[in-house]
Amino acid sequence: MSSSAPPESPTATSTLQSYFATRIGGILVPLAATVLAFFIGGLVVLITGHNPLTAYKAIFEGTGLNWFFPWVTGEAREEAANDLQQTLILMTPLVLTGLAVAFAFRCGLFNIGGQGQYWVGFFAALYLGTRLEGTPRPLHVLICIVASLVAGAIWGGIAGLLKATVGAHEVITTIMLNWIAIFGGAYLVEIGGPLQGPQSSIPRSDDVLPSAELWPIWGSLPSLHAGIFIALFALVVYSILLNRTTLGFEVRAVGFNPEAARYGGISVARNYFLALAISGAFAGLAGSVDLLGFKGGVSTGDFATNLIAFTGIAVALLGRNKAVGILFAALLFASLEIGTSTRQLDPEVFEPALATDLATMIQALVIFFVGAELLIVYIWRARRFLSPQPRIQPELER
Amino acid sequence: MADAPLLELRGITKQFPGVLANDHVDFELAKGEVHALLGENGAGKSTLMNILYGLYHPDEGEILLNGKPVRIGSPRDAIDLGIGMVHQHFMLIPVMTVAENIVLANEPTNGPFLDLRGAEERVRELSTQFGLAVRPNARVSSISVGMQQRAEILKALYRGAEILILDEPTAVLTPQEAGELFAIVRSLQADGRSIIFISHKLNEVLEIADRITVLRQGKKIDTVPREGASPEGLARLMVGRDVVLRVEKPPAQPGETLLKVEDLVVLDERDLEAVRGVSLEVKAGEIVGLAGVDGNGQSELIDALTGLRRPSGGRILAGKKEITNASSRECLDMGLGHIPEDRQIRGLVLDFSLAENLALHDFRKEPDSKWGWLYPRRLIQRAVGLLKEFDVRGGGPRTLAASLSGGNQQKVVIAREVSRNPNILVAAQPTRGLDVGAIEFVHRRLVQERDEGRGILLVSFELDEILSLSDRILVIYEGKIVGEYEPGVSEEELGIAMTGGRRQAAA
Repeated sequence: MSSSAPPESPTATSTLQSYFATRIGGILVPLAATVLAFFIGGLVVLITGHNPLTAYKAIFEGTGLNWFFPWVTGEAREEAANDLQQTLILMTPLVLTGLAVAFAFRCGLFNIGGQGQYWVGFFAALYLGTRLEGTPRPLHVLICIVASLVAGAIWGGIAGLLKATVGAHEVITTIMLNWIAIFGGAYLVEIGGPLQGPQSSIPRSDDVLPSAELWPIWGSLPSLHAGIFIALFALVVYSILLNRTTLGFEVRAVGFNPEAARYGGISVARNYFLALAISGAFAGLAGSVDLLGFKGGVSTGDFATNLIAFTGIAVALLGRNKAVGILFAALLFASLEIGTSTRQLDPEVFEPALATDLATMIQALVIFFVGAELLIVYIWRARRFLSPQPRIQPELER
Repeated sequence: MADAPLLELRGITKQFPGVLANDHVDFELAKGEVHALLGENGAGKSTLMNILYGLYHPDEGEILLNGKPVRIGSPRDAIDLGIGMVHQHFMLIPVMTVAENIVLANEPTNGPFLDLRGAEERVRELSTQFGLAVRPNARVSSISVGMQQRAEILKALYRGAEILILDEPTAVLTPQEAGELFAIVRSLQADGRSIIFISHKLNEVLEIADRITVLRQGKKIDTVPREGASPEGLARLMVGRDVVLRVEKPPAQPGETLLKVEDLVVLDERDLEAVRGVSLEVKAGEIVGLAGVDGNGQSELIDALTGLRRPSGGRILAGKKEITNASSRECLDMGLGHIPEDRQIRGLVLDFSLAENLALHDFRKEPDSKWGWLYPRRLIQRAVGLLKEFDVRGGGPRTLAASLSGGNQQKVVIAREVSRNPNILVAAQPTRGLDVGAIEFVHRRLVQERDEGRGILLVSFELDEILSLSDRILVIYEGKIVGEYEPGVSEEELGIAMTGGRRQAAA
């Protein structure tokens, strides 16, 4: 059959080129978006009468990332280590909530319910972490973590079940489930609530027992905890689950093209349910890791300020739903937040109040530019049409 | 034709990322000429015409109208220069009437008011002048495809088109409608208008065109007059090698019944009966052609056969097993292969690699996976063999399906379905949008599968295809089988049955 020789054989290089083009394009856009966001942020700094370079340098040093430079020594190095610990503490739950959003994305679903799933995971771990006294530490930690996974999976699974059975849109249901989790949680720890701590006048929970705490691994102010290994492990699990299992194959097929998946014998409804449940498990895990390694307990005030899973949406977007991308995106957003926090930033260089706003602005710009990718590509292409050409006025017939 | 050409394209070059769509193409159009632009998909026909219509801008080359160079920066410029284009996909607004659509952007006014009556009047004039039957005050959403196309042509004429570009105009038409279109083209020609007729169908080009320009891979190969041109010669120009146009097949040797459908009733999305009591049989070693105009229940019938839609009545038997209410997975496991109507929507996950697409049905089984653990390397290994066997060009196992041409995408779908050794193969529009070379491949493969004892149900809107491949022909009309024919039946007779038995146009 192939005896009739192909007159046009496809060049191997063109395939290779397009392969690299897609790969590099995948990295280039988030990178360009970030650079552009920092550039515009710098202009704003300039308008406020500061030198953007000094400001960025101060912010960078606030993140502790300069710890990686071998020439930073002595006291500066110790300070950098402290800062870096804070950045990594924040990065840990961001990786997990980023994974939660990304996993649902890969199935074509937009899980905005990460925050609710985070809280139910958090409270499952809090409940068991403040009880079961006398349990050996590894077992106690494990129990709390498993409970958070299950709780998060149930919370996500509810939205998945609604989507799979009656077609309720996951964006709506997950937002509603967020509020149920938040108000439910507030009830648990407010004055007179069942999980309220020892001081009857303060709406705060007990702290988890020492036997349920994740092990500190670096520093003390507060220290980086073993949760970072859990987050890194979750990245590996995410990647393997998606790329090396039949479940991941189905999820991706449904995410790319539900109609083709259905035709291929894949149950779309089942995958919607599973994807949201697994997504919820990642977010629930974020809750327990954050609690057991760092927060220890919760006050009612935290519900308004903790937006970790919403930042997770940005992490997933910037990280392009890829494990490595999510790691770096989580590091970036954590760095931004820590580097501009009141505690880290030298007020001589840039007022911390302004800096926090700057961080928010840069975050928003990054998301905007990643989202505007199509627009950027379009402008890029349009340049050619805009190049000056002599325009000959057409002479009208008729 | 001794006059200077009305329109001349010189050395048009257009580079897209990774593709040289037009490579120094020359093209001439004389006044009152029908000039066909022939070529495979991706040969650069549409690009060239989109440049002429101002949708793209050439990197090199110039356009001359009446010997004077012009720059066409937008469709607006093209319209002002008297160039009109009827796209393959119509650009009509469904909720507006035919007349409203036609005058859109050029509305006749009566003082500050829209003069709709005047518009309808003008449309009627044009439509009688050129024999373009339309109902000016009918909503576009309620009229036939053929009439929508006539409305598009009228729109171009209303805007004063002297040059009319028709992009694959017969792709959506029944044989009768195509005949009517040709009559319209001739009357436009008689009026002195010039027509560029884009097509990849040899027969219709030979029927309608005065001259034929063949493009291949972005280059102009040749321009030939109709006199002396043959289908074989044109096919060779298009593809660059000899092509067997007739399907050569030995007579069928039907065996046992593999697929039996009894009184099947299937509802569509609006819960209306789309399939209304269809009974049919497909035996081993035969190709049963199901002819019909689009929208007469074919899609619903296919969905029901392949487990994608529950029938509301009747039975489906695969061999002796009943699969009436089987899921698509059960149908697949029962030995049913399905080449779906739309390869990009159903047939392939475009963002998946070819290896993943080839495994779309079998990834749950060994050796692709075990206990839920996937072996991507095994998918790739198997893909290497299949891509070679089915002559898929333009990429390897890791290439995304989206980056292949339509013909090669279809080969991937066929490779997947055939390699599973199905007893029954439901092939819906297997050559839709494919070019001559790929059609040849698909047809030969279907016949080969038949000779290996599979039963094939071929659903197609292309009568040529039905006639050349089928061993038996069924005609479906409004959800019912309205006739069974031998392969020797005339196209005319089938066409009449397909439209409900009413004789529409005199032969």
